[in-house]
Amino acid sequence: MMKKNAMIDRYRWWEVVLMYLGIAVFLFFILAPFIEGFLVSLKPLGLLFSTPYKFIPENGSFKAYVTMWESVPGFARYIFNSFFISTVITLVVLILVVPASYAFARIKFKGAGSLLGGFLAVNMFSGAVLLIPLFRLMRSYGLLNTYWSMIVPGVAFLIPTAIWLLSTYMKRIPRELDEAAYVDGAGHFYILRRVILPLAMPGIIVVAITTFIGAYAQQFIFALTFNSKTEFMPLPIGLFAYFGRQEVIWNELMAASFVGIAPAMILIFALQRYLVAGLTAGAVKQ
Amino acid sequence: MPGQKSAVLFAWILLIPALLYVAAIVAYPLVDTFHLSFTDASLRKTTNWVGWKNYQKIFDTEFAEIIGRTFVWTFLSVSLKMIIGTGGAVLLNAALPGRAVFRILTMPPWIVPMAIGIFMWGWMYNGQFGMISGLLQRFGLSDGPVAFLAYGSTAFWATIITDVWIGVPMVTMYMLAAIQSVPVDLHEAAWTDGASRFYRLRRITLPMIFPAAITMSMISLISTFNSFDIIWILTQGGPSGSTTTMIIDTYSTAIGSKKFGEGAARAVVICLFLSAFAILYFQAVTKLSRRMTT
Repeated sequence: MMKKNAMIDRYRWWEVVLMYLGIAVFLFFILAPFIEGFLVSLKPLGLLFSTPYKFIPENGSFKAYVTMWESVPGFARYIFNSFFISTVITLVVLILVVPASYAFARIKFKGAGSLLGGFLAVNMFSGAVLLIPLFRLMRSYGLLNTYWSMIVPGVAFLIPTAIWLLSTYMKRIPRELDEAAYVDGAGHFYILRRVILPLAMPGIIVVAITTFIGAYAQQFIFALTFNSKTEFMPLPIGLFAYFGRQEVIWNELMAASFVGIAPAMILIFALQRYLVAGLTAGAVKQ
Repeated sequence: MPGQKSAVLFAWILLIPALLYVAAIVAYPLVDTFHLSFTDASLRKTTNWVGWKNYQKIFDTEFAEIIGRTFVWTFLSVSLKMIIGTGGAVLLNAALPGRAVFRILTMPPWIVPMAIGIFMWGWMYNGQFGMISGLLQRFGLSDGPVAFLAYGSTAFWATIITDVWIGVPMVTMYMLAAIQSVPVDLHEAAWTDGASRFYRLRRITLPMIFPAAITMSMISLISTFNSFDIIWILTQGGPSGSTTTMIIDTYSTAIGSKKFGEGAARAVVICLFLSAFAILYFQAVTKLSRRMTT
């Protein structure tokens, strides 16, 4: 068996060359903006606009990474806001989603299928379609220009995927376990807390990570529309204001972007095994 | 199992928080959008019922053109995402040294804050010092600087390419999972019979991942149709409306000019299209699963 697989996967030299070439082109498309952005962050501002175009910077330095803290005054605050908003969103999503997923995964009740479908239908609507009523809702509760104006709608659009992922995970825990606990006289709540939750921990962690990354990556439209206070802006919006100026200090903007994406990048590399599993779970029928 | 009744009660108690939340933040606004679309709501305190006037008004403008543009934009973007993503998945599935690293390197556009990826594209498209224009001039493909975002036709394609860039990692990972779930025995049997690698790709892998591809393109269709950040950051719908899709048009009417009523009418039209896509999606999924099981 092993040998046969090895034979099937043996390529001729030109096949290997072609495939590596294909992968190189594919990855260049994916990574080009990051490469370019990084090189720009190294170039001194005066040389940025020099012609002819030079790919590799001359006199490259990490100076922009130092000066940006002064040129983008709220920078540290923006990063803190991004983290703060994403963390609160993740916590609220977990509080709502863990019990709901348990209900979908472990209890048979009428209408469960269509209810789950109803939750998933939320994914159909982007925030943009619902902005007007949401704007009015936020205004009437006085939430405009607060952290909540970004947290409250952010949570709603991350619930469906989280329920889907976590209930899929919880379904895989053997039924015999709660039945045994039930026979021993354990109540519903006890089974949830002492039997299922500990076993579902890895799944809950995956959901927490994907929710956090989703919240971190998609901070734009609500923050753009519902908040105009600089002190509450998350990083993408803070930089957007900077990006929109007449004279963009590109090398510092790019340096700031890299510092801003660093947390996400570190998370990817540290947790990539869980991530791929989490992001594609339920994608393909087993 | 005994205690079924109390179990059902318990299930509903567990569901209520999430249900209430989604009802308040998604379902209620959805209903409110329909309601507002028949009013002249704005920042003023009073709102009046205006009947179908908002709907008549939007069809007086170049709305048909915007719908057409949205469909072309979405179609091109989804097709490119599927082609590039599936191609990438086939390549990343090959048993080559380094593929684990290549798979990780595919993820960044999906994971980093979308807006930041878009800023980087904004630089790349810059005419005077961006990479694309620079390389075109280097290789003599263009005489002078090309400011991609300054002209309608190039801006249209520029926003599509950036949207494809953001969507490709998800398609790649999804299609890769689909390819990996193709039973190995099929390949082994064909291989024993002397089928070439390309033949097996064409006759085994691609047909087997077809249902996953349909599902993915429908998911991608809905998210692409809703795409906002990319166009808003790069062009805000310009130059002279050449990248104004339905979402952008709705946003600038509702939030830009604060015409809530007219904006809501546009949002309702978007919802109708989205519902049509959803019906299409469920039909495709049920048809495919029936075909797979019989």
